[in-house]
Amino acid sequence: MSNLSGKYAVVGVGETQVGKRPEATTNSLHVEAIRLCLEDAGVDASQVDGLLTNQPLTDAHRSYAVRLAHMAGIDPNYATDLALGGATPIAMIQNAVMAIEAGMANYVVCVHARKRATPDPTPGYPIRSGDEHWEQPWGHFSAVANHAFAATRHMHEFGTTSEDLGQIAVSTRKHACLNKNATMQKPMTIEDHQNSRLIVEPLHLFDCSLESDGGAALLVTSMERARDLPRKPVQVLGMGQHHPHSSVMDAPTLTTLGSRRSSEAAYRMAGLGPKDMDFAQFYDCFTITTLITIEDYGFCGKGEGKDFIKDGRIEVGGEIPVNTHGGLLSQAHLEGIMHVTEGVKQLRGDAVEPERQVQGAKAGVISGHGGSLCMHASLVLGVQ
Amino acid sequence: MSKSEAHDKRGRAAPRNEPFLAEVEAQPFWDNLKEHKLTVQQCNACGTYFNFPPQAMCAKCLSSDNEWVPVSGKGTVYSFVTYHRAWHPAYQDQIPYNVSLVDLDEGPRLVSNVIDIPPEDVQVGMAVEVVFEDHENYTLPKFKPSG
Ligand SMILES: [Zn+2]
Repeated sequence: MSNLSGKYAVVGVGETQVGKRPEATTNSLHVEAIRLCLEDAGVDASQVDGLLTNQPLTDAHRSYAVRLAHMAGIDPNYATDLALGGATPIAMIQNAVMAIEAGMANYVVCVHARKRATPDPTPGYPIRSGDEHWEQPWGHFSAVANHAFAATRHMHEFGTTSEDLGQIAVSTRKHACLNKNATMQKPMTIEDHQNSRLIVEPLHLFDCSLESDGGAALLVTSMERARDLPRKPVQVLGMGQHHPHSSVMDAPTLTTLGSRRSSEAAYRMAGLGPKDMDFAQFYDCFTITTLITIEDYGFCGKGEGKDFIKDGRIEVGGEIPVNTHGGLLSQAHLEGIMHVTEGVKQLRGDAVEPERQVQGAKAGVISGHGGSLCMHASLVLGVQ
Repeated sequence: MSKSEAHDKRGRAAPRNEPFLAEVEAQPFWDNLKEHKLTVQQCNACGTYFNFPPQAMCAKCLSSDNEWVPVSGKGTVYSFVTYHRAWHPAYQDQIPYNVSLVDLDEGPRLVSNVIDIPPEDVQVGMAVEVVFEDHENYTLPKFKPSG
């Protein structure tokens, strides 16, 4: 067990209202999330000396972290943008731990916000994914389709069906209906899922995540400092990453992803395994992503996910509740930062609606997944 | 390209439906296709076939000595999807259409289309061979079932 395990903690979280925020800008959502986070932590912006953010996809400032810090009254000794797509929020927490351990900062804010449900009044220049020259000439455009490649392949190798993927959407929606700050509030049935239109077959509309406005932030510090703060500290117990390929064109397989090695590293650092986890917040840009992640994180064998997810096993009250906030599928798509804030809130024990609180939660695992199924980061959190 | 043409209404990069012929490292690929030759990069130092996208150096030995060599044009479908939505107006009257990951017998994988059969008849593991689709300024490699 690494000596960093348990040494650092999340001591504040801020979540803006999600959904449609026409009055907001990308910048204002970031600052709003930081303000809510610092209020929650009982820490003043003048005490914060580190800031990490996600490289914005559509409004690419030079050194956005520095810009944001100064918009929020923070004078950082440590700041940078990270760029691992949906693995970035977890990577921010990991980098915050490393920066504090290295003595470069004491209080690091990790923040991400998006404006995708309503137009941003001041759009900037978009960045490239990097593969479009080798995809678009053949009519291949979207993240949906890259994940549909994985779904077709999982169906071929293991007999997974579209109805099986629908079960993930249905269970996730149940949790969203228990979360006041979730975009989707209407229960879903497997039939609803099957009747939703095909986007890129085999994926239906209800296999796909939302387009959202909103933001969230977390504050990381040492356990030593956390003892003087009002919130129950949630400790970082394990961290891992793995990025096994760079596009669908050099992927050795699309049915086992970076999630396998990344989770093994995080469990090893925590000295814990899947059986010790009280919940899982698994990146769910598409239902197939969650299914592969459940398998790769060791909750069942490879190819067994389709049976494992049934009978309420991944719902609150079940064996391993997954995405207790409603996930990217039904709460909001903010690149997975609300998977991390939700993990922290579940471990505090008094921060979510009682109907979706995992009773007695002591440890949980969180995943982040990005790019063309090529980037992955893992986090094990726990409380004493 | 002006800022407005490069963006969709939410500020994301606008899709296009033509090859990026000006990509320096890819020019032999497009030039050879015009002569109906499908080529891939091969390292002269260690023999490795490069994955796409093209690059200047071998990812295995980092040698800069490589050339574009002809391949058999035969391959296997690793996975496939059927588009029911057009992200670009040029595809509006083509949906539903197939996009496949084709593993060439020599190793490299291409994103391409399996044509000549309905999209619902495409299968994982299907043997395919290249066909050349000529456009005014470029030729696209596509695939049809072998035999
Ligand atoms: Zn070589």
